[in-house]
Amino acid sequence: MARIDLDHIRHAYMPNPARDEDYALREVHHSWDDGGAYALLGPSGCGKTTLLNIISGLLTPSEGKILFDGRDVTGLQPEERNIAQVFQFPVVYDTMTVSDNLAFPLRNRGMAEAEVKKRVAEVLEMIDLGDIAHRKARGLTADLKQKISLGRGLVRADVNAILFDEPLTVIDPHMKWQLRSQLKLLHRRFGHTMVYVTHDQTEALTFADKVVVMYGGEIVQIGTPQELFERPSHTFVGYFIGSPGMNVLPVTLEGANARLGQHSIVLPGAAGPTIGKRTELGIRPEFVHLGREGMPVTIDKIEDVGRQKIVRAAIEGHELAIVLDEDSSVPADPHVTFDPAGINIYADDWRMKLGG
Amino acid sequence: MDKTWNNKAWFMVLPMLLLVAFSAVIPLMTVVNYSVQDTFGNNQFFWAGTDWFSDVLSSPRFHDALMRNLLFSGIILLIEVPLGIFIALNMPRKGLGVPFCLVFMSLPLLIPWNVVGTIWQVFGRIDIGLLGYTLNALGFDYNYVNDPFDAWVTVIVMDVWHWTSLVVLLCYAGLVSIPDAYYQAAKIDGASRWSVFRYIQLPKMNRVLLIAVLLRFMDSFMIYTEPFVVTGGGPGNATTFLSIDLVKTAIGQFDVGPAAAMSLIYFLIILLLSWVFYTVMVTNDAKG
Amino acid sequence: MTVSGNATAATQTTDAATAAMARRTRRSNAIARFSFLVPVIYIFLLMLPIYWLMNMSFKTNSEILGAFSLWPRDPTIANYMVIFTDPAWYNGYINSIIYVVMNMVIAVTVALPAAYAFSRYRFLGDKHLFFWLLTNRMAPPAVFALPFFQLYSAFGLIDTHIAVAIAHCLFNVPLAVWILEGFMSGVPKEIDETAYIDGYSFPKFFVKIFVPLIASGIGVAAFFCFMFSWVELLIARTLTVTVAKPIAATMTRTVSASGLDWGVLAAAGVLTIIPGALVIWFVRNYIAKGFALGRV
Repeated sequence: MARIDLDHIRHAYMPNPARDEDYALREVHHSWDDGGAYALLGPSGCGKTTLLNIISGLLTPSEGKILFDGRDVTGLQPEERNIAQVFQFPVVYDTMTVSDNLAFPLRNRGMAEAEVKKRVAEVLEMIDLGDIAHRKARGLTADLKQKISLGRGLVRADVNAILFDEPLTVIDPHMKWQLRSQLKLLHRRFGHTMVYVTHDQTEALTFADKVVVMYGGEIVQIGTPQELFERPSHTFVGYFIGSPGMNVLPVTLEGANARLGQHSIVLPGAAGPTIGKRTELGIRPEFVHLGREGMPVTIDKIEDVGRQKIVRAAIEGHELAIVLDEDSSVPADPHVTFDPAGINIYADDWRMKLGG
Repeated sequence: MDKTWNNKAWFMVLPMLLLVAFSAVIPLMTVVNYSVQDTFGNNQFFWAGTDWFSDVLSSPRFHDALMRNLLFSGIILLIEVPLGIFIALNMPRKGLGVPFCLVFMSLPLLIPWNVVGTIWQVFGRIDIGLLGYTLNALGFDYNYVNDPFDAWVTVIVMDVWHWTSLVVLLCYAGLVSIPDAYYQAAKIDGASRWSVFRYIQLPKMNRVLLIAVLLRFMDSFMIYTEPFVVTGGGPGNATTFLSIDLVKTAIGQFDVGPAAAMSLIYFLIILLLSWVFYTVMVTNDAKG
Repeated sequence: MTVSGNATAATQTTDAATAAMARRTRRSNAIARFSFLVPVIYIFLLMLPIYWLMNMSFKTNSEILGAFSLWPRDPTIANYMVIFTDPAWYNGYINSIIYVVMNMVIAVTVALPAAYAFSRYRFLGDKHLFFWLLTNRMAPPAVFALPFFQLYSAFGLIDTHIAVAIAHCLFNVPLAVWILEGFMSGVPKEIDETAYIDGYSFPKFFVKIFVPLIASGIGVAAFFCFMFSWVELLIARTLTVTVAKPIAATMTRTVSASGLDWGVLAAAGVLTIIPGALVIWFVRNYIAKGFALGRV
């Protein structure tokens, strides 16, 4: 178990990267706490798997250093870093039994056989595979195979971190939920540092204490699920997290007011100057109130999604999503007001601090 | 894939069936027919029962040829399979080297078999062949024309030269189908090179290896043209394999009856051994 | 906390082993850098006998039988000229190419519907039929040589191209069915069903939609038919006399007749390698794929 420091990491797959766009990973400089459960969230191609492979040592970064508990491990082989990784497709050694699979990393490290047996028995119990311990791994279902890969990580009690690369991709939906809760339980019990790569926000938000959102080779925000929801620091985070995503409307700033077409919206505080930058106002559909007062909107359609309704509307020619309680009704002459607590201002996609 | 039961599918198989049956069933029946008859010429045949079969089965000449063939197949399997695996493991996985390797390695497979024989007949000659000349210049007393051992070595080296590439290509195809994650997981688990081979690569090559062994066994057991061109079955009978012996009997001596009986016995041996190989390897596969 | 107690013990026992493991990895990485030598050496050894044949084909007979030399001192194309000007020689090539192409076309044409049947349907005796097909691949050509001659004589087909082409179907059709069945099983059945819903008749669907989908499979199957038909000699020689005699047979007879015309023999040999080499070059990207199906 270890604290992981990523010190100005950049990575390019091409030999001589010149521009920013040449980098698969532009610049990552962060510290991840010992024992934390982190989720790396982002769309495909955002660099999250690259970052994961740099942590595990399968890739050596083009620039920067990586430290485990302050020790530089940049040049070390994966097996020296003492980490575990669970891959997208379950990797098991087909011809071995389940318990031999679990014993494999220990035997490779020359552990005494008695100790190996004891550890394997413990892990089998932890992940409920005791009753198939002596079956060949071949022919097991995907979720059992994925449990075995997880077990191969857990079996080394001293691993610095356990890394997951979209581990639930090939698992049946009802097993996904079960595996994820088991993972969460194991994390609480043993406190491994865990890094979990996914493009599924539900997986990320339910698994992690801290979610790391990546976009275009950069980390755009690290925060608790609540922070990501309330204060997205990049319009991408607002759009990617939440369903429906955050409304983003082009505005111009006038002191502590934002002007949207003919309307003026009161902000929680004055924003700094945004000369030459694209200025936008972001507000989540949950903070938009539909009523008879405020700015007029036209309603496009209403989607019923169980306990809530999503109203698709337009304001000043821009799309606007609004979340309504199931029993609220839509007024005949609809107007909206924005809850100031839910308003964020973005300059060139990055969130601005609002004074006051 | 679930297949639907449909007997009309027979109509699609029919043209293929007729074509193959024409070349397979009628000649086979002819062979069976000959194998139970005797003739004094003039197209007069009479029933000979199983005489030819017992004759062939008790003839030392047949035993010797069978033994030579088994030995030959055993040796070439023991050389070609491990060698093929070893070369496939060291082939590049991407880049310009791949088509380069594939094209040059396949080359021997596409040379007519008697030309393969000719190439080695020339290559091994002590007066004008690179191999024979060089070996003798280095002080080895090598001459495949007189020395049975040298003849054997030449025939085996020729077969290894001719067919190892088939094993290489099959194994290579098995290897490239292994996803990267397996190698990465093995690295993280601290597996040695040997463990990676034993627990990842070998299990994935199982299926293609089965095909390689079956094909190489069948073809080496049927070998005719190449050793016939190089050694003509000699010196003496040293490299007279079953099919060379068969052709000598059938065409050289016009002993149609014994030749037919021998053909059938020979065919059955191949079927039986192929079936044994197949069953053993499939069972092993199931056990892991 | 038993687990953390074990953790300390585990750390102590495995530290040295981890270092050893890392050394092992570095060493095997260093070895891996030289692994390209294995295929290079192998290919070098494969090419030696072929080089020797080429070397000889550019020498005169007196030079071949005279001083031993690693390359032609006095290169000549006379040997090749003999082949290109004598109909007995060049007809051999034409004959071989004719029956090989005929065989390819026939084998693939009859194998296509059969492979489709095997890949899509179950029918009475399908498993037995498939096994019987494969046993034909196991039949030694020597067994069939004599009865083939009688059978094709009875039909008056001796010394025709079609005779050899049909005879070679014995081992090429099973192979083509086997390969094509593998490729076809990789095409989802839903494609067939969608086509029927869209109103395609079976023949139209098969030719317009299905065949293009398995084009690479057809290429691979044709390649292997070419290969086995081109290299086979025993049956081809048995069934031909003069008119359809393959080049490979011309070679063996000329050797025995004219004695030791090594130069011409070598040139003829070199020329038999060229069609194979050309075909490999064109299908190089499909070979691995065909083998990958594990069907060959």
